[in-house]
Amino acid sequence: MNKTTTATKFNVNDKKIKSPRVSELMRFIRRFKKNKRGVIGFLMVLFFVVVAILAPWIAPYSPFDQDAGSAMNSPSLEHIFGQDRYGRDILSRIIYGARISLIIGFFGVVISVIFGAGLGTLTGYIGGKFDTIIMRLIDILMAFPGFLLALAIISALGPGLVNVVIAIGVFSIPAFTRVARSTVSSVKNNEYVEAAHAMGASHISIIFKHIIPNSMAPIMVLATMRIATALLTAAGLSFLGLGAQPPTPEWGAMLSEGRDFLQSAPHISTIPGLAIMFVVLGFNMFGDGLRDAMDPNMKL
Amino acid sequence: MLNFIIKRLLYLIPTLLGVTIVCFFIIRAIPGDPAQVIAGAEATAEQVEQVRAQLGLEGTLFQQYIDYLWGLLQGDMGNSLKSGQPVLSEILSKLPTTLFLTGASIIVMIVIGLIAGVVSAMKPNSHSDNFFMMFALFGISMPVFWVGIVLILIFSYFLQVLPTGGDSEFKNFILPAITLGLASSAILARLTRSSMLEIVNQDFVRTARAKGLKSNKIIFKHTFRNALITIITVIGLEFGNLLGGTVITETVFSMNGLGRYIIQAIQFRDYPAVQGSILFVAVAFVLINLLVDLTYGSIDPRLREK
Repeated sequence: MNKTTTATKFNVNDKKIKSPRVSELMRFIRRFKKNKRGVIGFLMVLFFVVVAILAPWIAPYSPFDQDAGSAMNSPSLEHIFGQDRYGRDILSRIIYGARISLIIGFFGVVISVIFGAGLGTLTGYIGGKFDTIIMRLIDILMAFPGFLLALAIISALGPGLVNVVIAIGVFSIPAFTRVARSTVSSVKNNEYVEAAHAMGASHISIIFKHIIPNSMAPIMVLATMRIATALLTAAGLSFLGLGAQPPTPEWGAMLSEGRDFLQSAPHISTIPGLAIMFVVLGFNMFGDGLRDAMDPNMKL
Repeated sequence: MLNFIIKRLLYLIPTLLGVTIVCFFIIRAIPGDPAQVIAGAEATAEQVEQVRAQLGLEGTLFQQYIDYLWGLLQGDMGNSLKSGQPVLSEILSKLPTTLFLTGASIIVMIVIGLIAGVVSAMKPNSHSDNFFMMFALFGISMPVFWVGIVLILIFSYFLQVLPTGGDSEFKNFILPAITLGLASSAILARLTRSSMLEIVNQDFVRTARAKGLKSNKIIFKHTFRNALITIITVIGLEFGNLLGGTVITETVFSMNGLGRYIIQAIQFRDYPAVQGSILFVAVAFVLINLLVDLTYGSIDPRLREK
């Protein structure tokens, strides 16, 4: 009986003492929930993610099935967004296009987080000449206007979706390196890092246990915002014929295909553009909300 | 100030060298044998060697780079594979259109961005602030090419007041300049607002208010002037984005500028033209950033000392 009481008491106390990281997360979620725009942005992103995942089940037609007899038909009850020049259902192509766009955006940003934030963490932590050399190299990448750097990479590697992901990944590296470097430079001066040093922890263990977990917030915010940029860049490259190749249902390429029929069938170009705008808007609003909930003064 | 200028100029040398190295590798990063890829699968060994010589792909990598750099210093960017003309003269012939378009979009960006940013900062969280900030949010989320197409639909097809493309007259530049400048004006509006709001809470603004200065005077003489550093930085950075953005805008509006030239060169696999024009834009961007640094060095003496 006594034992049970002690156990119960122990459990109750356990609930009260939350780990600092969990309570910090709860505080963050509470702050984020108060930001209406951020929540709307999150719901928009969630909507596109769900659409992308469920594409084969929710798309009314195949994105590739052609029907020459009903080419360029305007929106109707059967084809809500109308049909393109080959009679393909635009709604189905938009739904499948969500997959392609999100995959490009996500993997492009993953590449830049791994290389950019990784490099920034090392330069911020090591400092000295290593920092100077790496940051000069980053300056060189920053000397190219973003879209032009992506074009330079595509011109060397050739058009195609994989190369678009690589191009987007590379052109976002400088942004992540700079943010990670400045965050790590300030985190490494905290007392808990000094304490870990004094206790004999290795540099690798300090970086992974203390530096990275405490520098993640701005990287996460930047990543969310950069997905928006990545989506716009990928769509731009496909629009120019350097990204996704026909008949891939990529939004930028779909928009480009409709340019020749702008007067007779404006829906072919305008609807994919709206899809791009709403998904990018979602990521921008979500990113803004995350930033404001984490630290409104964050310079991103 | 002279020391500051000399320092910044010296600082420029490694960056410019780095830029030439990146451009140098555009051709050399082509998977496989670049000369073979450019000459085509059916080219004879002799033709491949000819392309190799023409593109400076002979000798060690270091020797190739030195030759490339020496050529650049003499204004030689190689000859276009498509036209056989010197790349530099082709770039210079396309430049006026691109410069005019970029200049016009900067005007669009400054006019819309500053008005929206200042009005928003004057009454934060008001209806006008919410309206302009929503406009800014949409502005940064709309794809440039889509904006261009929608503007063509409205003004060229439905209202029939402006041309769909071309670059021969002033009116040809109106829609492209709005298309290109809109996203940058949205960025400028957001940053003008935030940098002005940051300054509004500082002591010298509070003192100005306590002295009984009119709010318009406080906004323009104290707040806006101090927010100028951020604003000039954004304008400088956006100049690069606008130069990059001309690639899409010129394609949408069929303008014969440098941006469209780059795309046509990539599509034709005209590597000397790609390499030369990307180098040209990057060097222009570096020099503009230098100009921005020097400008705010003269606005704020503290930055010179740093």
